[in-house]
Amino acid sequence: MKHFLLATALVLSAPAAMACETVTIGDLTVEHAWSKVTIGAGRPGVFYVEIKNTGTSDDALVGIATPAAGMPMLHETVVQDGIASMPHAMSIPVPAGQSVQLAPGGYHGMLMGLTTALKEGDSFPVTLSFEKAGEVTVNVVVLSLRAEGPDCADAGQ
Amino acid sequence: MRLRPLQIILWIAATAAVATFSAVRWWPATDDTATAAAAFAPAFTLADSEGRIRSTAEFRGKFLLVFFGFTSCPDVCPTTLSEVAQVMDDLGSDAESVQPIFISIDPERDKRLGLADYTKAFHPAILGLAGSEEETKSAAASFKIFYEREADTSSPDGYTMAHSPGLYLISPDGEWLRQFTYGTSAAEILSDLQSRL
Repeated sequence: MKHFLLATALVLSAPAAMACETVTIGDLTVEHAWSKVTIGAGRPGVFYVEIKNTGTSDDALVGIATPAAGMPMLHETVVQDGIASMPHAMSIPVPAGQSVQLAPGGYHGMLMGLTTALKEGDSFPVTLSFEKAGEVTVNVVVLSLRAEGPDCADAGQ
Repeated sequence: MRLRPLQIILWIAATAAVATFSAVRWWPATDDTATAAAAFAPAFTLADSEGRIRSTAEFRGKFLLVFFGFTSCPDVCPTTLSEVAQVMDDLGSDAESVQPIFISIDPERDKRLGLADYTKAFHPAILGLAGSEEETKSAAASFKIFYEREADTSSPDGYTMAHSPGLYLISPDGEWLRQFTYGTSAAEILSDLQSRL
């Protein structure tokens, strides 16, 4: 039984471990890229990630691309006067010396036109385009509907 | 007999006054909350995913956790429904006293995409309802919530829905109890419910 539990724990932690990969480009560190299960392919998926700018000049995330979705776009959830809306974000600032989270309830990538429904444990690449740093590709792991983020030792959420 | 037209007018005025008074005085009492006059009882009559008409009255005796949303919503709605799912699991045997309800504010598209598949993916106890446009408007008005379709070329089908993202708690008598604002944790919702059960 112990072995079974251990094996289960390992299998379950494998995809999460992938979300804990860190990719760097110039002064930017990109990590904790994750998504959530979708119910069918007809509804948009979501993309969350954490970007750290250790440099001295501001940058900005200006777009995302992925083979998993035909129309991936950046959005922001805004709750103002008790109303939630989700405007398109033309760019997400990544100021010098700061980190930015695309996380539930704030900035997020919306993956429209999914080629297939996203299932727990799946992973797919997302290429982030930065105004200055250029492009970088991260592996995105699909977590459960109830997940609040990947379980990484150093996760900032 | 010269007073007759005046008498008629007076009789009409008196009758109108009595009718108005009765309406004002007794109308709230005929609402299904016979309790406190100030209480407000949200109501809905909406179809479930199988086309059966479900209305507030059938849930008397249970607490209702009501959320308005739409299934193409990638961020806000899944977050709240996940919390509701967690609450339902954590309630254990008390879960039968609580009925979570998801009311679609984008009923046409949600009926097409499949409402039950969506709600069940979060928790089998969540009941998804999607009515006509009129029925949805009237349900939202009775909960005093706002929603609006917004044209947005960066969203699926060229539009998105702005909406009140709160979770609403209704008493077993059908009265409004409170709202949990967007982002309230499952633990907080759970402890509030447990204090009432």
